Amino acid sequence: MTATSPARPAASKPSPSAEEIASRKIAQVIRRHGAQPDALIEVLHQVQEIHGYLPKQALDQVARQLRMPLSRVYGVASFYHLFTLEPPTPHRCAVCLGTACFVKGGADVAARLEQRLGVKLDDPAGNGIWAVQHVSCLGACGQAPVLVVDGVLVTKLPIDQPEALDAVLESTGMPAAGAVPA
Amino acid sequence: MSSSGSTTPARQLRCCGASGCRSAGSEELQAALEAARDAAGHTAQELAIKPVGCLRLCGRGPLVACDGPGGTTLYGAVPPTEAGALIEAARLGDHGNDTLQTSRLDPQLPFFALQSSVVLEGCGQVDPESIDDAIAFGTYSQLRRCLHELTPEEVREQVKRSGLRGRGGGGYPTGLKWDTVALQPPGPRYVVCNADEGDPGAFMDRSVLESDPHRLLEGLAIAAYAVGADRGYVYVRAEYPLAVERLRKALQQARRAGLLGNGIDGTSFSLTIEVRVGAGAYVCGEETALLQSIQGQRGMPRPRPPYPAQSGLWGAPTLINNVETMAAVPVILREGGDWYASMGTAGSKGTKVFALSGAVTNTGLVEVPMGTTLRSVVEVIGGGVPDGSPIKAVQTGGPSGGCIPAELLDTPVDYESLMELGSMMGSGGMVVMGETTSMPEVARHFMRFSVNESCGKCVPCRAGTVQLAQLLDRFVERRASPADMAKLDALCRMVKATSLCGLGQSAPNPVLSTLRYFRHEYEAACRQPALCEQP
Repeated sequence: MTATSPARPAASKPSPSAEEIASRKIAQVIRRHGAQPDALIEVLHQVQEIHGYLPKQALDQVARQLRMPLSRVYGVASFYHLFTLEPPTPHRCAVCLGTACFVKGGADVAARLEQRLGVKLDDPAGNGIWAVQHVSCLGACGQAPVLVVDGVLVTKLPIDQPEALDAVLESTGMPAAGAVPA
Repeated sequence: MSSSGSTTPARQLRCCGASGCRSAGSEELQAALEAARDAAGHTAQELAIKPVGCLRLCGRGPLVACDGPGGTTLYGAVPPTEAGALIEAARLGDHGNDTLQTSRLDPQLPFFALQSSVVLEGCGQVDPESIDDAIAFGTYSQLRRCLHELTPEEVREQVKRSGLRGRGGGGYPTGLKWDTVALQPPGPRYVVCNADEGDPGAFMDRSVLESDPHRLLEGLAIAAYAVGADRGYVYVRAEYPLAVERLRKALQQARRAGLLGNGIDGTSFSLTIEVRVGAGAYVCGEETALLQSIQGQRGMPRPRPPYPAQSGLWGAPTLINNVETMAAVPVILREGGDWYASMGTAGSKGTKVFALSGAVTNTGLVEVPMGTTLRSVVEVIGGGVPDGSPIKAVQTGGPSGGCIPAELLDTPVDYESLMELGSMMGSGGMVVMGETTSMPEVARHFMRFSVNESCGKCVPCRAGTVQLAQLLDRFVERRASPADMAKLDALCRMVKATSLCGLGQSAPNPVLSTLRYFRHEYEAACRQPALCEQP
């Protein structure tokens, strides 16, 4: 899932074969699923783990090797919220706006994050370094309001105490307000 | 790590390792407890420390249950620095220790005392990652009994007698659905467990998957035997990584133990089960969309009939049941359908698991007999609003349900009563709202959710939810006109009547129910409130 598990970075060696390595890995994944068309979603999950998102050339490869039109691959990749077609920002934060978090002030948490990081909620580009997206329920309703910062779940945010909330956000490695150029 | 039933030490600590407690630090606490035990020179035989699943009171996590000859004592939110004190208390069976005073939970609390564990009987008892522990607890014994002693007809008969209805929200009689699939013309059949629990505020299925996955597999295997399927899928949402991990592990263990695969337990019955992980589309909880998604397509619903029971995966008859429904099956066969039917009300039998959250003192999982009043769930078991102020409303059924006002809290919880109030049972999320929550804002919250999650196939849902959300913006921002009120009402009814699938048909429910019970809040949001009176 994009929200809670930081994607494994693509092979970062500057060697020209980085793309080839990724492509070989994808071919392996497809083989493991017997090149069955119904495995498309599983395959896309794993491609996203390899690249951190779904780049165009990887979608081409999937379509070719699963023997289906690119339109179908793209249709599925763009339908599901957890698939992302753009490279993610280095840091990501998902704020829960499920009903329990909503009752407990989840929207205020989102507003606080927008202000602190100078980003707009659900803008995947964020401020270039941080992006904030909403999620609809993480099932951690007993600890509402909650938020996920770079894959780590942070619970019971003290929304009524701005200073305590800032301290919690600080401890997640999030820069202070104004620290990031807009 | 696990200990089988016969060698369970007299004293043990059960540490909750489900997501809720994990996020509260259960892993650190368990490691601290193990270190403290070793430092005190006790062996695992003298004092076992066992990872288990949900111990119910998620809001007070991490939870630890201490079993001893004198009974069980439950602790919540013990700081790892007190691990030594807790080990000593458990070792001596002396739970009067002052330093643990604030962490000790009274087992006589209504939150625990009024629950009846049926579906959740293994949650918090078994180690979710150990099939040996599950078997020692009795899991898979009903599957074996079915395969060796009962015909598929006899299995279905017990399920019919139990009166069990679909726990995913629809409430369709489970036995009838099983019969429909079983009685289709010969050919391949599939069983599918719908574990795409997407309603915000619902975490019952997650708890079962994380706490007792083998029970679910047993239920699924019994269902497959009863309808004659040899292939099954569990469709889990990707937002539940721990549930996916434990389910995959359980599947692997069950295959190795010969409880899944070819020729199960020496019989001619074979069953292959695969896990399919969703990719974040709420609509995939709708059964026809879920089937599309399992087949690797966009999760878009199609009109019914034909129902999946007649034509589902790859056109074959397919049985789809929710996690809680499947997990109720083994106990129904063990105790008999009549036993299960003796609980609950005339139309809604057995027990129901609720996920209690929001403005309530005790948040967590609650399993009660059907027909229990909403008041006893939220006020007695839940303990009401933390600051003692009155409850304003209870939201049930997620984005498809509605808000039930405080004056109707004496309504019994069953499918029909909630439907009459304009809400629905839904999958079991129950979110308590206090005085400060504004109802038009709640309605907008759900409508925005539906806007995001609409699959786009039919116009009433795709365009209607957007229009509704914009109308609700006007009420939230207090710039609505009397005409908006009439438009809101009419548009809700249109979307409800003309949408293709359950998601669209029920998307207006949060608006309609708040309009019905909290109309004054909408009126107050009009620029000229006096003109907003109902015509």
